[in-house]
Amino acid sequence: MSEVSIPQESTGAPAREHTLVKRLLRRKLAAFALFLIFVIVGAVTFASVVAPFDPDEQFFDGLTLQGAPLPPGERFWLGTDLLGRYLLSRLIYGARTSLIIGIVASGIAVAVGALVGILADFFRGWVETVLMRFTDLMMAFPALLLAITLAALFRPSLWIVAMVNWVQMARVVYTETRSLSEREFIVAERAMGVGIFQVLFRHILPHLLSSIVVFGTLGISTTVLLEATLSYLGVGVQPPTPSWGNIIYENQTYFTSALWLVFFPGIAIIALALGFNMLGYALREVLDPTQKGKQ
Amino acid sequence: MGAYVLRRILQSLLILLGVSFLTFVLLYLIPVDPARQIAGRSASTETVENIREQLGLNLPFYKQYFRYLVSLLHGDFGRSYLQKTEVATLIASRFPVSLLLMVGAIFCELLIGLSTGLIAALRRNTPTDIGLMVLSFVGVSSPQLVIGILLLYVFAVQLGWFPIGGYGTFRHMVLPSLTLGFLQAGWYSRMMRSSMIDVFRQDFVRTARAKGLTRAQVLFGHALPNAILPIIAMVGIDIGLFMSGIVVVESVFGWPGIGQLAWQTIRRVDIPIIIGVTLVSAFAIVLGNFLADLIAPLIDPRIKLR
Repeated sequence: MSEVSIPQESTGAPAREHTLVKRLLRRKLAAFALFLIFVIVGAVTFASVVAPFDPDEQFFDGLTLQGAPLPPGERFWLGTDLLGRYLLSRLIYGARTSLIIGIVASGIAVAVGALVGILADFFRGWVETVLMRFTDLMMAFPALLLAITLAALFRPSLWIVAMVNWVQMARVVYTETRSLSEREFIVAERAMGVGIFQVLFRHILPHLLSSIVVFGTLGISTTVLLEATLSYLGVGVQPPTPSWGNIIYENQTYFTSALWLVFFPGIAIIALALGFNMLGYALREVLDPTQKGKQ
Repeated sequence: MGAYVLRRILQSLLILLGVSFLTFVLLYLIPVDPARQIAGRSASTETVENIREQLGLNLPFYKQYFRYLVSLLHGDFGRSYLQKTEVATLIASRFPVSLLLMVGAIFCELLIGLSTGLIAALRRNTPTDIGLMVLSFVGVSSPQLVIGILLLYVFAVQLGWFPIGGYGTFRHMVLPSLTLGFLQAGWYSRMMRSSMIDVFRQDFVRTARAKGLTRAQVLFGHALPNAILPIIAMVGIDIGLFMSGIVVVESVFGWPGIGQLAWQTIRRVDIPIIIGVTLVSAFAIVLGNFLADLIAPLIDPRIKLR
């Protein structure tokens, strides 16, 4: 017998991430999603360079002589709004608002949801009952109405968006942690006296990671849509800070004569939500082996 | 089955009790003084104190909650601060109008979703399939306010096929129903596609083929019913999304339901109305989920009752 060849140890996280990106890019939809996100994130990062004008500047020549907004044209590519401000600049700066809220609020929602799910499983007993029944209770409220109520009672804020979106994450994490912690290798480790936190960080969290990543990505899309809707209803981002939702809110009464003021922000919202939605689904397919072949 | 139904009813009632408690906590915590709101800005401290006494606002927390619960059970949702009418009356007169819109939306989402899903499944992995699935992604990523305004612009303002807004005839209903149903149509399309593909793989379809039935007979007689029924059983769950959606759709189209009511009261901070609409929505959602859980095992005996 010659020596047994030992397969090369995979080089850990960086290599796996590398193949993850590669596998994503091989899928046309995922590649398209990444492209959409890349364009928007790029525009946000370099807002001051990309945006041709200041988003708050009211141009003297930004309105017609009758005081109506200018349609898309040579000087103002995407036209101007009711106050003679340049729409493209406002969209680019609005992207910053929408993207930050989308990512941060979704991040908070995922963290809260994961924490609730994990705590419920770890403490069991009455903690579990209270947390999971509260989760059920939250599911009985329509997300938008709850957000509106909270915004009307208190003050519109990023927290409100996060607080209505953590519920699904909590349920998923709870179910997964629950079935994980009954598996032999976890039971064995606990029996050997390995500490709760070590088990949590070394075994449970890595197993939950793919669900968390998928849910977080899909959650950004949900959050972007919720923020746009809240801002459109006037209880989200408050003017003069531009956000895609409140650009539509400010201009909607004139949509019959100035459709571009609704159309372009609308397309922007759809593009961002679409990007994160498609990326989320692609991630789910790539990360979850049980989904293979279902396409 | 009987025990299952009973257990689900009890669970639903418990959730509704929780809903009432949570809304009460919200009302309790608000930084607005309801007595002052009702009395008006110019009222004397004495009047405000009187109203506070009347409403029981100086009672301890648990007693206030108990009063609140008892009045909810009597169908009393309190009085609007500003409109001086019973919230229950306001909601009762507007809820059927919203319900009509939701029925229209269910029709639209099933029509669009199931048909595109079926086509995609039959044309699996062709450009038609890929195109439809991309479209379904666009559908679920589109905020209703954008879809609503664009539909309004194209079909009402430019083409003039439908009225610009309002309520009354069938033609008033088309655009709002489409807008409300559009979001979920994408999900139904994806579900229908994968459900059809699953059914095609199953033995009974192969048997039907093998005994010499035509493609159409297999499709309409065996595959379709088995794929569609479990999907239709899930319609009850959509109520939650509709309850959120109607706020936007009704405000875009001027549809006089409870969504518009909620939207009109946001700015005026007429809290009893907002809470009332939230309560009614939560009730509708719990009922919808209950019905979905009840219908699903009747349609598909493979579903285990828990």
